Amino acid sequence: MRFTDLALAWRLLRRDWRAGELRVLAAALILAVAAMASVGLFSDRVKLSLASQANDLLGADLMISGDRPLPETFAREARARGLAVSEAVRFVSMTGAGQAVAPVLTEVKAVDAAFPLRGQVLLVDQALPQGRAARGVPAAGEAWIDRRLARRLGLELGGRIHLGEITLRVTAIVFQEPEASTGFLAVGPRVLINRADLAATGLLVPGNRAVYRLMVAGGDVEVYRAWAQGALQRGQRLETIRDLRPEVRQTLERAEKFLGIASLVAVLLAAVAVALAAGRYLRRHLDASAMMRCMGAPQRQVLGLFIAQFAWLGLAASLVGALLGYAGQALLASLLNFVSASGLPAPRFFPAAQALGAGLLLLLGFALPPLFALASVPPLRVLRRDLGLRTGGALAYALGVLVIAGLVLWQAQDWATGGWVLLVMLLLLAACLACARLLLALLRRLPHRGYNWRYGLANLRRRPLAVSLQVSALALGIMALLLLTLVRGDLLRTWRATLPADAPNTFLINIQPDQIEALGQFLKARGVSNTSLYPMVRGRLVEKNGRAVSPRDYVDERAQRLVDREFNLSWMTELPKGNEIVAGKWWGAAALPGPSRAPDSKREQLPPDGAAKGQEGGGMSLEQGIGESLGIKLGDRLVFDIAGQTVSTTVTSLRKVQWDSFRVNFFAVFPPGVLENMPRSHITSFRAPAETRALAGDLVQAFPNVLMIDVTEIMAQVQNVMDQVARAVQFVFLFTLIGGLLVLQAAIAATQDERQFDAAVLRTLGANRRQLAAAQLAEFATLGALAGLLAAGGATLLAWLLSREILNIPYRPDPWVWVIGVGCAMIGVALAGWLGTRRILDRPPLWVLRDVA
Amino acid sequence: MNLNDPPPAIRVADLAKEVKSGETPLVILDAVSFSVAPGEAIAIVGASGSGKTTLLGLLAGLDRPSRGEVWLHGEALGALDEDARAALRGRLLGFVFQSFQLLPALTALENVMLPLELAGRPDAETAARDWLERVGLGARLGHTPKQLSGGEQQRVALARAFAGDPAMLFADEPTGNLDGATGAEVAELMFRLNRERGTTLVLVTHDLSLAARCQRRLRLAGGRLVADEPVASGS
Repeated sequence: MRFTDLALAWRLLRRDWRAGELRVLAAALILAVAAMASVGLFSDRVKLSLASQANDLLGADLMISGDRPLPETFAREARARGLAVSEAVRFVSMTGAGQAVAPVLTEVKAVDAAFPLRGQVLLVDQALPQGRAARGVPAAGEAWIDRRLARRLGLELGGRIHLGEITLRVTAIVFQEPEASTGFLAVGPRVLINRADLAATGLLVPGNRAVYRLMVAGGDVEVYRAWAQGALQRGQRLETIRDLRPEVRQTLERAEKFLGIASLVAVLLAAVAVALAAGRYLRRHLDASAMMRCMGAPQRQVLGLFIAQFAWLGLAASLVGALLGYAGQALLASLLNFVSASGLPAPRFFPAAQALGAGLLLLLGFALPPLFALASVPPLRVLRRDLGLRTGGALAYALGVLVIAGLVLWQAQDWATGGWVLLVMLLLLAACLACARLLLALLRRLPHRGYNWRYGLANLRRRPLAVSLQVSALALGIMALLLLTLVRGDLLRTWRATLPADAPNTFLINIQPDQIEALGQFLKARGVSNTSLYPMVRGRLVEKNGRAVSPRDYVDERAQRLVDREFNLSWMTELPKGNEIVAGKWWGAAALPGPSRAPDSKREQLPPDGAAKGQEGGGMSLEQGIGESLGIKLGDRLVFDIAGQTVSTTVTSLRKVQWDSFRVNFFAVFPPGVLENMPRSHITSFRAPAETRALAGDLVQAFPNVLMIDVTEIMAQVQNVMDQVARAVQFVFLFTLIGGLLVLQAAIAATQDERQFDAAVLRTLGANRRQLAAAQLAEFATLGALAGLLAAGGATLLAWLLSREILNIPYRPDPWVWVIGVGCAMIGVALAGWLGTRRILDRPPLWVLRDVA
Repeated sequence: MNLNDPPPAIRVADLAKEVKSGETPLVILDAVSFSVAPGEAIAIVGASGSGKTTLLGLLAGLDRPSRGEVWLHGEALGALDEDARAALRGRLLGFVFQSFQLLPALTALENVMLPLELAGRPDAETAARDWLERVGLGARLGHTPKQLSGGEQQRVALARAFAGDPAMLFADEPTGNLDGATGAEVAELMFRLNRERGTTLVLVTHDLSLAARCQRRLRLAGGRLVADEPVASGS
């Protein structure tokens, strides 16, 4: 192609643009690119942040962690190989600061002088906004707290914190430390102390899930890694930055996929708009093409000119879309501010370029076939107007469908997911189309009076396929938004309403056997009575039916985690409330050996003698869900390792547990008489009196090791995260709604000539402007109402399914879904339709009729 | 004909066009032969359906004949593919149509510029302005066809046809959509430009007074050339 032709194509494009021929096309393209770029740029920033932080994240090159103290051999071996070593213990505890403020559940990390081996601890410094690098670690008797804890406890430098049985002086506020920078999923505020103080806190008692860590860095860490890998025992893990936090990474990858696919719904609708607009462009440019050929331009040149024109258009629109995408991703990041709490790196260019390329591909996929048809218009058309209106038919869209399928696969990142998404998209569209056609057919049977309605509805009926397409496109967008706003709120409210008013809101964990009596009195004195204390022993599943159990036996990540971790095991006589036996039999009190009773504080202090090694208990009860995850059935023989002793047992019952009762529940329950002599702690839940602040303060004072978990607070946090996620998803689905409106505009534009002709004829026959406007309004309001009905129906169906199948709550239909869905759709679509067609009424009918002649 | 003579502008030999209409072929044009000398103005007349427009399409290489051959300035169209015929059109021919065939999205100036731009002429805009001045539309360069009257539109079409400096002008009922007075003005302009530029003119019309201004009249009836006669009053 000649350069002059490229320039000519640009000029032709500008002329067409001025004539308003390409606006819907450009808008659709801008939308598609903006949707893809917003999500792509945002995901990339999150990934980038993970990658850039990964190096500092461990504070070492390699980390071995275990839920029990690690054997000396790991450190010895590392030192022998000339590697640097640092040991740390991480656990959760209540941290207080005197009577004035409530203690806070805190993550404590006790470190030695070598910490951190990689990266650095940054401390808050008024003069340096980026923080000041710390030298060393807190000295014994000192604590470094993070900004969150300082805020929560109202502490400044020099203040004092109470941790377990000791009091520490705050000598620094941490701005950022290795690991803290993960930002996501961080449980609570953090405090850094010296390992020398650890024992004195008295917090490392059974039941406290402390994690013991050995960090290693230096020269040949790979050889050490190979050695250590072989020396790992159950419950010990080796991590390098390569396999860092797989669950975070997986969660993010899933979120990225989901948002990517959600944005593709908008892209799909944009593609429909592009196809419609390209078809119109084809029809409007048949004469131009024939004329150019008549003037001596060879077919090659004409095709080249049209393609170049579209390429220019695609480039310009995609650039605008990419720019909007930059704004969109910033908005996404601010909507999801729990992710960006640690500050995301600046967006890169690459994902925007990808979206831009995808936009061009989309345009070519849907516009190329019409352009080829356009370039092959016979030049004889200048004399014979009936020639040349030959579109490629269904085959012409095959290329476009291929492009869409490619985009879906690209976003889904694997064949199976991509295939499913494509299938679901197709089914959804087909269902929408079928419903829309059904509604149209019903409409025909409705009696309607008056010219305006009759003419307006006739306009809908005469293009059933196009109208169904418009209704479906709009309904998809509206439905997504209804689900995320009204329906989500409804479901949440219904779920909350199913919770009993006296549902426990406070958990106390890590209660030591010798504290039970005192704690009972403590609670009673504060108006909390009838609390049940449950004993808890931590044990690991090591064998199933004579075979060793390993995380590697499972594909499912949840199962892997479950096996890797220690279970909380308990024992009790009665089947607790909210539990239901679904298989096997619960042990009756009579069947139990000896006079053992359910948790009873006097008994707890006097565990029966006798080793439990190899002991055969009276069976055990397993929660149904975990049984499914781990592939454990009724009658399976299991062996648990509890603090070095093994207990073998048989699964005699499976239970269904109502987890959202907020009562204490366990996956694995034994009958009394099996676990009593194991190291144990206790757990309880209760509904705290309104003022929990004083309770928490007193509790920490009296029982420094006991952890108090405020359910209300956690629920508020979860709610907050859910709200943010919902807003972000809403934002992405907003693109879908705009996509639906663009399809509407494209369809209006595609029928513009027909409409103009109709209007001209009607006006010649004496219809006035107001009547025509009313007929158009009737048409679009009906179109909107159909889309709204379909959307509300779809949203209601999904809400019903969610309530029944997933949330297990009673379904309450919400009339507002219908009122708002149909109402907003009617008004919105009528408005959009009026905007799209109002110019029709402005053109004198004579012009129109003369043009047609 | 002497061998040293320049070839006729148009030579047509035994031209025929048939189209399949159901089972039986429909003969639109049959055994038409004639020649047109350079600079000559001929009118092709006949009733509706006599094959006038089909003949014009074949002469311009817009369509292929079923039989026979057309030579433009000695070049046989039958030997050329569509792109080569297009190139020939671009080099030799200008067109004026009954329905003007201006592109509605373009201004008057842009419509005239288009063929020049397609030919890659760097002076497209100056030449187009110049031609619009000549047809008396210098003040309406930025108007789109919808903002122009029928007569004005046809004058833009004339400017477009002549701007490429064609050797031949093919006009299909150029005044057919215009009222009498406007039609006469446009016809006057067309014949004047034709004279000035020494262009060969092929005019398809059923307007006898327009045909009378040509030197020769070819009459078609039922697809056959029934008369090839000089026009007495032709200038």
